[in-house]
Formats: sequence, structure tokens, C-alpha cells
Amino acid sequence: MSPLLATSLGEPNLTSILFFFAFVSVTMGITYWAARKTKTASEFLTAGGNVTAVQNGFALAGDYMSAASFLGIAGLVATSGFDGLIYSVGWLVGWPVVTFLIAEPLRNLGKFTFADVLTARLQQKPVRIAAAFSTLTVISFYLIAQMVGAGNLVRMMFGIPYEAAVGAVGVVMLLYVLFGGMIATTWVQIVKAVLLLSGATLLALMALSKFGFNPLTLFSAAADQYGAEVLAPGKLVSSPVEAVSLGLALMFGTAGLPHILMRFYTVRDARTARTSVVYATGLIGFFYLVTFILGFGASVLVGRDAIKAVDAGGNMAAPLLAEAVGGTPFLGFISAVAFATILAVVAGLTLSGAAALSHDLWTHVIRKGVVGEKEQLTVARVASAALGVVAIVLGLVFKGQNVAFMVGLAFAIAASSNFPVLILSMLWSRFTTKGAVASIVTGAVVSVVLIVLSPTVWVDILKNAAPLVPLKNPGIVALPLSVLMGVVVSLLTSEPEARAKYADVQRRMELGNRA
Amino acid sequence: MTPELAAPAVTATTPSNESMNAVRAVASMRWRMAIVLSLLMLVTYFAFVLGIAFDKPALGTLITQGLSVGIVLGAGIILTAFGLTAFYAWWANRVYDPALDEVARGGP
Repeated sequence: MSPLLATSLGEPNLTSILFFFAFVSVTMGITYWAARKTKTASEFLTAGGNVTAVQNGFALAGDYMSAASFLGIAGLVATSGFDGLIYSVGWLVGWPVVTFLIAEPLRNLGKFTFADVLTARLQQKPVRIAAAFSTLTVISFYLIAQMVGAGNLVRMMFGIPYEAAVGAVGVVMLLYVLFGGMIATTWVQIVKAVLLLSGATLLALMALSKFGFNPLTLFSAAADQYGAEVLAPGKLVSSPVEAVSLGLALMFGTAGLPHILMRFYTVRDARTARTSVVYATGLIGFFYLVTFILGFGASVLVGRDAIKAVDAGGNMAAPLLAEAVGGTPFLGFISAVAFATILAVVAGLTLSGAAALSHDLWTHVIRKGVVGEKEQLTVARVASAALGVVAIVLGLVFKGQNVAFMVGLAFAIAASSNFPVLILSMLWSRFTTKGAVASIVTGAVVSVVLIVLSPTVWVDILKNAAPLVPLKNPGIVALPLSVLMGVVVSLLTSEPEARAKYADVQRRMELGNRA
Repeated sequence: MTPELAAPAVTATTPSNESMNAVRAVASMRWRMAIVLSLLMLVTYFAFVLGIAFDKPALGTLITQGLSVGIVLGAGIILTAFGLTAFYAWWANRVYDPALDEVARGGP
């Protein structure tokens, strides 16, 4: 195999431009169609609850399979072998938790945001403010990581400047969200998920065709070339405490991600919600297995040196593999798919932020629950536009910064701020408003503070000599503290109204629209 | 209290104790299953990462040419995650939903 190959990566090529414009035209067509169907806030934020289980399964998978996981995990596997699989497994194990504990009660109790579940029993104002605060914090960190990633990736793949890439992603995704709302965003996710899954599968098959379609032959070729350690755990997981901490954030973080939770409101009932997560888990699991093969394929067929020569982080492993097995046209196709992936994820994030701003803050805090249909829709659109601008600005501000830790931080906050209050409010009749606020704020603040003082930010970014907190991921501290605060503050306060409502909430949570 | 827009179909009457107990019985059946399956996933996953943290060579042992214990376990957990989710949905569709339908019909 050639150790270094000439690549046309980074030069705009005809196929990538054609595929990209084909994707944008199709999705704009969908947006136009969706815009005509979007007349109410419920259609704008949750597609009117008419999404089917299969559609939602693909949309959930689309929301979750970011360009970072596609390019990043393939790159990690290509450059360090087995360790990439540890990440994949971690990203997947959150989904069963979502299925078992969250999807059905959430669907039965809520309308637009996860705060609906909490305020079924607790006081509107404080809980909505706290929930919107943690939602927007999670969304912001996730958005920064996506936008900076988008700028870098698009620059590397298409050769257009960073700022133009960030602007293009922001504007196109805003068109989807602003005009087509959740209906368009759902369909963009579905199209993107189908493209990404089929593109990655095709790429894996083409790579495997060089190895008699036997992954083991590919793995041993990699072991021959780079040593047997590519099949063994490397330096990714070292300390057990660190491993458990990251594990907690990944396992319970998915169940607290606002843009994932919001998807359960787009389906008709709890049964559909449940079925849709099964599809999503299957699709995402399959995708991670395919990515593992792509990484090994790239390390053997492209070569580690060639991959690192293009991008030291290894992020271009999958596109380079596409070029090696399918030439420039296939490189163009895979690059366009990666761009589509970024667009769709950013659109989903923006919409869930808009739901928190319009439904939690405007409708319930500022207007105290009394708003007309038209006003809700207008406010949701204005909130989307504002968030779109914020996304572009964040992308520009964080240019050149190391933002890889921000997705981990978003998961840590989601796990320790959103997940505990959801579980406590569903299962514990003594849970109070003050307990919920204390739990949310503790989870978010502790996560952010610990990560700033951790090696990731304090040493790597702020260039201090030693970290003030040795943990890279705050999960093991933040999650238990958040639960503890929720429980202790609830026990110290008393809220007879919340307790009295528990029986009714329990009934609705289980019976759903049978009630 | 502020008017609640978010609450769909709030039952106007307070449910009777009897029907509430029936709902609770079915509900606790689901929560038990949900918590047991979550713990299964948690234990499986943490066993995997702690195995990596404590004994890397063991996971690097080759079972056959090109296949290590770690790869089998990692891929196995991905399949387990899907398997548990699929099992739960099968169980809920087959056992839990009919039980709820019964309670909803039997209730006042």
C-alpha cells in the first residue's frame, strides 16, 4: 500500500459540490413543503406529534451521529486502533437508559421541553428558569463544538475559509429551522441519517472488498503493519476513577440532552416513543461498528502517516479512505455527507434551544402561561433566529480554540443537571421545587467549575502548570452531588401542593392518553 | 399557580383510590423492569471500562488472528445494548401495554 498518496482533499471538486448542492436543494424543497404545514407552535416545535416510530428512530440517530463521531471515531481508530471502540461503546450505552427510564414518562407528561415534566407537579417559574438555564448551557457548549468543528472540517474538505464555512452552516441550518421548524428538521435528520449510514456502509464494504470481506483479515493486516497493540487497549482509559467518571457522563448524559429529549414529543404516544428508541439504538450501534471498520481500513489502505500529514488529529481518515477506494467522486460524496451531518445536528440543537427560550422562558415565565397560538409561534421563530446568530458568533469567537472537551462537558452537565431532576420528579412524591432548582444548579455549576479547574482546561488551554482538580471529567462528583442536593433540599423544604399532585401526575405518566 | 398550558388531558375528577392502586401496581412493574435493565447495562459497561483500566493485556489477548478479547467484548456490548432495548420494547408491548389497557378500561 502506498505510504503517502496524493490527495485532492481540500480542493473543491465537482462531485462534492454537486452532491452538496443536491443535498441542499432537496432539503430546501422539504423545508418549503414543511413551511406550508407549519402553522402552530406545536407544529413548529414538535411536528404536531405526527412523526412515526421509524421516522423518529432515524431522526434520533441523525441528531446523535454527528460529524465529530463519524470523522472523529474513524480517525481515533485509524491512529490508535482499539481505543476508538471504547468511545463508541460509551456513546451507545446511554440509549438503553433513555429507553428504559426516560422516553415513555417524558412523552406522557410533557409537551415541548423536559421542564414540562417537572412543572407537572412543581412551581412553574423557578423550575422553568433553572431548566432553561441548564438547557441553554448544554446547547451552547454542544453548539460551540459543532460550529468550530464545522468550520475546520469544511475548510479541510472543501478548501473554503473557516469564517465562510461557519457562516454557510449557520445560514443554511437557520433556513431549515426558521421556515420548516421541526417538520423540516426531522426530515433533514432522516435524509442525513440515511445518507450517512449508507455512505459509511458503502465505504466499509469497499474497504473490506480488499480483504475478502472479512473484517478479521483487515484487523490482522493492521496488526501486521502497526503491531499487535492496535487490537489492545491503549492509553485512552488509564485511571479507574477517570473511567467511571466519563462512563457516568456518557451513560446518563444522553438521557439529559435537550435535543434528544425533545424528539420524544414529536411522536404520538409512549409506545411509539419506546419503539423509536429501539430503531435509533440499532442504527447508532450499527454505525459505530461500521466506523470501527472504516478506521482500520484507513490505517491500512491510506496509512497513519498520510492521515496525520493531512490532519494531526486524524479527522480526515474516513474521507481519505473514500478517496483511496473510490477515487475523487467518492471523496466528494463522503465530504458532502459529512457537511450534511453537521447542518442537521446544528439545526436540531438550535430548535431545542428555541423551545427552551420560547416555551419555558417566554410562555411560562414572562407571560405566565397565557399566550395566543400566533404569539407562541412568532416567539419560537424569533428565538430560533437569535440562536442561529449566536451559533455563528460562537463559531467565529472560538476559532482556533481546542473545543473538543466541550461535547464531554455538555454530556456532563446533561447527566448531572437534567437527568437527576427528571428521575426524582417521576419517582419521588416528596420532591420539591426548591429541591429541583438546587439539583439543576448544582449539577451545572459543579460540572463547569470542575472542568475549568481540570487538566483539560486549566493546563491544556489556560497553560497552568498543574490542574487544581485532577479529574478530566466531572461526572463522578457532579452527578452524585446533584442528586444529594435534590434530596436534601427537598427533605428540608415542604411543598404540600407538589405532593398532592403526585397521584395525578403518576396516573398521567403511566396511562398517557389512555387517562 | 399559573394556568397550565402544557398539561394535556388532565383528569377533571380525582381518581378513586382503587383505580389509583391498580395504576400503581402496573407502573411499579414497569419501573422494576426498567431499573433492573438499566442496572444490567450499567454493570456490563462498567465491567468493560474497569477491565480496560485494570488489565489491558488481558483485553489485548488474541482469540484468533486479528481478533482480540477487547474487540469481542466491545462489539458484544454494542449488541447487548441493542438486545436489551429490543427486549424491553418487546416486553412492554406484550405485557405492560395490555396490563395498562386493562387498568384504563377497568377504571372509573
